[in-house]
Amino acid sequence: MDVIFDQFFNLDIMRQALPLLLSGLWMTAKLCAAVILLGLVGGLFVALANLSPRLWLKIPAIIFIDIFRALPPLVLLIFLYSGLPFAGIQISPFAAVALAFFLNNSSYYAEVYRAGILSVAKGQWEAAASTGLTKSQTLISIILPQAVRNVLPDLLSNTIEVVKLTSLASVVSLSELLFNANMARSITYNASPLVLAALIYLVLLWPLVRLVSRFQRRLAA
Amino acid sequence: MTGMERFLNTFFNPAMMRAHAPAVIDGVWVTLWIAIAVVIAGVAVGLLLACLRTYANKPLNFFIICFADIFRALPPLVLILLIYFGLPSAGIRLSGPMVLFIVLALTLAAFAEEIFWAGFASVEKGQWEAGIATGLGFTGTLIHVALPQAVRLATPPLVNRVLAITKMTALGSVIGVSEILSAAMSAQSFSGSATPLTLAAIAYLVIFLPFVFVARFLESRQSWKGR
Repeated sequence: MDVIFDQFFNLDIMRQALPLLLSGLWMTAKLCAAVILLGLVGGLFVALANLSPRLWLKIPAIIFIDIFRALPPLVLLIFLYSGLPFAGIQISPFAAVALAFFLNNSSYYAEVYRAGILSVAKGQWEAAASTGLTKSQTLISIILPQAVRNVLPDLLSNTIEVVKLTSLASVVSLSELLFNANMARSITYNASPLVLAALIYLVLLWPLVRLVSRFQRRLAA
Repeated sequence: MTGMERFLNTFFNPAMMRAHAPAVIDGVWVTLWIAIAVVIAGVAVGLLLACLRTYANKPLNFFIICFADIFRALPPLVLILLIYFGLPSAGIRLSGPMVLFIVLALTLAAFAEEIFWAGFASVEKGQWEAGIATGLGFTGTLIHVALPQAVRLATPPLVNRVLAITKMTALGSVIGVSEILSAAMSAQSFSGSATPLTLAAIAYLVIFLPFVFVARFLESRQSWKGR
């Protein structure tokens, strides 16, 4: 039992590692801001292309979504980070992570938006057109607000996945929360910094996970 | 060399492809084995927990909900590093594939429990009462009335989740599991060519694209029924 406390819940080591972990958390926050924003915007455009009646927009969008749903994000990240330099393109770890997750998240967010846009009744498009609104005005002020409201639980649960995904950035040595915790572990030969990192993720994400469950229950009722 | 030639030579070098395809294919088998074990164990445990939850035993449900919440909130890579590098100091040494299997199966179980539970929750109360009134008993009603409906409702979201979690077998490359990505990465550093990484990407597409199509089909079928 003492071994467990000493190796996993060692408060001294946690206290020493805390500043390092907090600076990692700051990097994680910056990463999250970048990839969530990029994914939300990119996903919207991919969804609109996917729903377009024009085949030259629709088909590339479907191919894009399917490929990036099939490729593991880590494979994409490694491909960009260690593959592109061979083609003479140098890319920073942050840029590699942002680009890889932009591609991956756009395809996931696109599917959520698509479900949302399809959930708004078709008559609303026709009604808006008959009042003289253009297509893009209808989309922005009539359809999207309702679409987003209808799929809010899915948007939230996808965003939780995106936040968890940022831990993969540790593989390309970006000093975010998990990378710093693992570095502290290897310096101290003690797993407590990793436990602390896990606790930080839990504190941040547990309330959101609860919220998703509550949303889903209300929809089922 | 033109830009296009250089690009092809970097990412699609035929000689490199021939040289490193066997290593990547070996990785495919490792990925498939772990993925299959994760899916079977994760879905079975998730379904079992969701069934147990219908018995409304307060202490047990508290444990189930905590388990599902924690494993949905924690990034799998954190758990993988914690178990692989942390547990040996407590005297428990697990192999890389074992750690990957345990973490991914538990993560899938947590999500599967929530998905099946949402399915059970959507079965009307009257059906439970009717089942019990006809003498099926609670367990009989659970198995013969509620379960088939819950499974049907759960299938499309479950396929999506299974896909997302089996893709995470690539995380095994971080702890030296010789699956597709780590085979390709060692071939890449060995040969000084990016072509093995292309092979890995192709291997993942070959394995997972069919499941993406299945997920798409199941979703479209359900949304048609809803209309």
